[in-house]
Order: sequence, then structure tokens, then C-alpha cells
Amino acid sequence: MLETAFEFFSFTEPNVRTVTLGTVLLGIGAAVVGSFTYLRKRALVGDAVSHAILPGVALAFMITGEREPLYLLVGALLAGWISLLSIDGIVNYSKLKTDTAIALILSVFFGFGILLLTAIQQQGTGTQAGLDSFLFGKAAGMTTKEVHFFGWVSAALIGIVVLFFNVFRLVSFNREFAISLGLPVRFIEFIMATITVLAITTGIQAVGVVLMAALLITPAAAARPFTNRLEWMIVIAAAIGAVGGLVGSFVSYTHPQMPTGPWIVVVLSVFAVGSLLFAPNRGVVASIRRRYQNQRKIRTENLLKAFYQLYESGATSAITKETLQAHRNFQSRERAKGLKELLQRGCLTKESHQYALTEKGLEEGKRIVRLHRLWEVYLTERMRMQADHIHPQAETMEHIITPEIEAQLIKELNTPQKDPHNSDIPYTQ
Amino acid sequence: MSEQENTSIEVHNLTVSYHRKPVLWDIDFQLPKGKLIGIVGPNGSGKTTMLKTIMGLMKPDSGYVDIFGQPLDKVRERVSYVPQRESVDWDFPADVMDVVLMGRYRKDNIFKRISKEDKKIATEALQRVNMLEFAHRQISQLSGGQQQRVFIARSLAQQADLYLMDEPFVGVDAATEESILRLLSDMRENGKTVIIVHHDLQTAYEYFDHIVLLNTRLVACGPKEKVFTKELLQEAYGGKLTVLSKIGDLIAKEVFPVREPEYKEDKKL
Repeated sequence: MLETAFEFFSFTEPNVRTVTLGTVLLGIGAAVVGSFTYLRKRALVGDAVSHAILPGVALAFMITGEREPLYLLVGALLAGWISLLSIDGIVNYSKLKTDTAIALILSVFFGFGILLLTAIQQQGTGTQAGLDSFLFGKAAGMTTKEVHFFGWVSAALIGIVVLFFNVFRLVSFNREFAISLGLPVRFIEFIMATITVLAITTGIQAVGVVLMAALLITPAAAARPFTNRLEWMIVIAAAIGAVGGLVGSFVSYTHPQMPTGPWIVVVLSVFAVGSLLFAPNRGVVASIRRRYQNQRKIRTENLLKAFYQLYESGATSAITKETLQAHRNFQSRERAKGLKELLQRGCLTKESHQYALTEKGLEEGKRIVRLHRLWEVYLTERMRMQADHIHPQAETMEHIITPEIEAQLIKELNTPQKDPHNSDIPYTQ
Repeated sequence: MSEQENTSIEVHNLTVSYHRKPVLWDIDFQLPKGKLIGIVGPNGSGKTTMLKTIMGLMKPDSGYVDIFGQPLDKVRERVSYVPQRESVDWDFPADVMDVVLMGRYRKDNIFKRISKEDKKIATEALQRVNMLEFAHRQISQLSGGQQQRVFIARSLAQQADLYLMDEPFVGVDAATEESILRLLSDMRENGKTVIIVHHDLQTAYEYFDHIVLLNTRLVACGPKEKVFTKELLQEAYGGKLTVLSKIGDLIAKEVFPVREPEYKEDKKL
């Protein structure tokens, strides 16, 4: 296994080199074009079109009797176009909704394609060997001629996206505005649809029609959370598509009897799941971390507030765990964690089991109490809530209110001195 | 100035259908130049449809619209359109500057590259709506009021003479509303015409000079003092004309044409 991997990645064999370069290009082309499919929320349409080009490919073969890439491309393009027009036609001229139209076109076209494929196989013309690789893909099954042809098509697709980048973005973001500018939106959409069908047609060489949508959409979906710039999103998607292509040709080379599509899809899915988990800000891990930080914030702020309130009610500056517990029922583990953190942050000092607030801790505690009481004033004055209802909400809001909102509250409420329970609102002089 | 020269938009005999059902019936009006004009009416009265038809986004069943005495296509560069804020996905990967620069595109120039001059114009536009500090902020991180100001900045970057805005005051905080209003009256001082779809009757009288009162048919069009009478407002807001809407339903259901073909022939006379 290791040996074959080494053999493959050394790229000494010219055939390996060509096939790999070709599939990598297919992966990049599909990912680049698919970025716009993804942003225009046409992922499902992309899936339907992928399935729908099968009868086009089969018919092209039946009519010409040979597996010539150009004929296959023309057949696929026509079938793809007819399927797109049919979806639009059904939506515009019948009572059926978009999802129904997509499902209908996908299954009808694909079913017809399978029918034709079976007919071809029963004729047993011999050259049809390899036509079934259109279902699940076979990167190494491509002839050198096909690799060159589809490689160049992919390169052309990438070129078109670069050339039309600005208008593609404009139409994808705000179609009506583009029309109002007088831009030829229909023409631009025609180009977008055409390059999508072309990307699908080239991509199926590696992945097959059944799983083609993954090569089109997954790279873009995986790339989106990592950046907010469209240019970078496309570059990242292209890189993921390239890895998909590389894996596809590797598997195809080492296990010639295995379809490559599923392998490519598995690899792309690893990227998608990874992005779902680890993307900055949007990822699951980031949001768990944020929740954890909030918990920590609430824990320490509640302790600081308790200390401040104890001082307020005349406690001497040194406070034990027991006094703290008598004031508010903390969970002992939470309390221990919070006290430890506050000591580290220099908000508390500790001397033989007695805690005292430092200057910094005092200010912090004062701030929390101030926010709590300000919010209570806001609730009674602005939302007309009864005094016995306001406390629980203020318990939460005191941890959320930012300095800007605090300033706004103070301004809007005219620097109130007392809260609705008649406690002083402590300000920093 | 003659009446012709002083007209920004002329709407003639306009009937427009949505899903085959007419939502605007034979609308006919002329709007002056250099004014703030409100298109006002209850929910579902066809205000947005009116604006979209003027902008060529919807095809009328009958009638036509002239802008500065010409069809829209001849004067596109003098007209700017601000769609409803909710009509786009604000999670799109773009920053504020990207969106404002979209106002610099012109028809027949699909390979346009952004120039320094375009950037300068976009920067000035952002300054005018007080959003310059947000130029490189992600649009997904903007508040509703900020999104609206980005759309208005994009419109300003078009440097047009006529501005059509669809509900620019919806979901906007009081401070933004005030600053948009100040900007609009500045634009009027500079001789621009601004037409605004607005659903709030309370503020309409205060904001606009001229008002189009709409409820699937034209109720009134003129200076606000003349339009804001008790009778006309009651007519516009006192519910739909039941016979008219029954006819509309019938047209949609029975696949009747809204106009007979012969009638369409002489529309441009």
C-alpha cells in the first residue's frame, strides 16, 4: 500500500501525471463554479441537473456510437439546459412549487437516463465499456484525450468566473438591483447556468452523476465559514475541490475496480464536517467555547456582586466562605472555581480563609450592581413591569449589558439615583 | 417652465398583474421634478408593484411609464433604485464597500473594473450616510438601520437625478430615520427628485411634498395639502372595492386577458 502511494505521489508515470492533473482541475472548476451555485441557493437545482444530464450523455453515445468527449459534452449540455428550463417552466406555468419541480425533473430525467444506459449495455457494442462509470465516476477510466479535453474545459470555466466575477457577485447578491442598472441580467444568468452545466459535465468524469452535487456544493459550503470575503471563499473552495480531485485519482490508480465518486465525496465531507466543527465564530467548537466563557463570566460576576452587597449592608472588609454562602446560595464547586479565578485576576485578596475585595474588585462589583439596578429602573419605567417581576430578568441582563448600552441607559433614564426597591444605584465618581 | 419640462415621471394607463391578478388598475399620473414624493396606501395596495413597474422589474399589461420624457432604457443612468432591505440575503460574503461600489456599474459594461474614481465616489457616499467607519465591516454584522444606510449610500454612488426607494424607513431606529430625512432634503435642495414607497400615514404628511395615494387604483395624486383630505384618505383606507377585487379574481381564475389585443396597439399614441 505504502509502496503504491509512493509510486503514485512521485508522479513518475506520465499517465498518472496527466490523470491527476486533469482530475484536480475538474475539482477546482466544479468548486469555483459551485461557489456561485451555493450563494444563489441553487444547490438542489445543481443536484437535479447533475442527474438530468445522464440521458444526454447516453443519447449522445447512442447516436454517434462512440465515446467522444465533445459529443458527450454537447449531449450533456443540451440535457442540462432542458432540465433547467423545465424546472423554471413548471414553476412559472403550473401550480407546483419549486421543490416539487426539482424532485420531478431529477427523477424523470435520471430514470430515463438509466433506461437508455441499460439499452446500450444490452446492445453490447463493446465500446460502451466505461459508460456505467458515469454513474459513480472513474477518474482513471478517462482516456488521455478526455483528460486533456475536460482539463481545458475546467480551465476555461475558471477563466470565465474570473472575467465575470464582479457581475456574478452583483447578480447573486441583488438581482433586482442589477436589472435596475440595465445590466443584461438574463444573459449573465444564462452564462452562470451554462458554466454550471459544463462544470457538472466535466466533474462527472471523476465523481459520476449521482454524487456530482457534492463536488459542486460541498467545497463552497465548507469554505464559507472560514472567510467573509467572496474571493477567499472561492480560493478555499478551489483548494478543497483540488484535494477531492487528487484523492479521486489516487484511489482510482490504486484500486482500479473501485468507483472514485464515493471516495471523493467522503473526503469532501470530512472538510465540510471539519468546517462545521472548527470554523472560527460560526463553528460548533467556537460556540461551545463562547458558552463556557459566558458561564465563567456569570460565575465571577455573581460572586463580585455578592461581595459588594455584603459591603453595602455594612459587613467588615473581610468575608468568609460561610458569610458569602449565607448571603447567596452558591454551588460549592462553582464558588470555589469563581473565587480562585478572582484571586488570580487580582479582584480579591485572601488571608486565612477571609476574603476581601481589592480596589479593582470593588469597582467591578459596583458595576454589576449598578447594571442590575439600572435595568430594574428601565423595566419599571419603560416596560411598565411590576416591582415584584423585575428582579429575575435583571439577574441575567446585568451580565449582558455592554458599556455602550449602559451609557445609553443612564442617559435615557436621566442618571437615576434609586432603583424601584429603593436601593442606591452606585456610580463611579 | 412648461409642464412637460417639469415632469420627472409620467405614468400612463398602467395596469399591472401579479400572478395574473391585476393589482394596479389604469393608473395615470404625472410627478414633478425636485420634490420629495411619497407613494402611500394601505397594505397590499400595489405600492411596491408601482415602483417595480416604473423600474422595469415588472411588465405591465397595459400602459407605459416615461421618465424625463423618455423610456427608462434611455435614461437609466439618471435613475437609481433602492429595493426593500429584506429583499437580499445579508449573510452574503461581502463588506460595506463592496455593496456601495455596486452602484458604480453601468449597463453594457459587464467587465467593469473598479477605478480609483469609483472608490472616491463610494467613500463620499458612505460619508454622507455616516457609515464611513463601517466601510470594511461585514454586511452580516450590520443593524437594520445600518443596512438601510448602506443601500442608500449605494444609491448615492450612482449619482442619479431620480431616486426610487422602497420602504427606506422600515426597521430603522429614530436616529437613522432623522439622518435619512436630512439627507433626503439635502438631495431635494440639489434638485434631485426622490420617490419613496411609505406605508406609515402618520409620518407621510410630515416627510413629503407631494403624495400619490394608492389603493389598487389611483385615489389621488398632488401636493400633500390637496391629497390629505379626510374624504380622500377614507377612500384609500376604507377597504378595497369589493366588485373590483372580485373581477380581479375572476380574471386570474378564468385566464381572461386583462386587455384585449386591439387596445394595446394604440397605447403609444
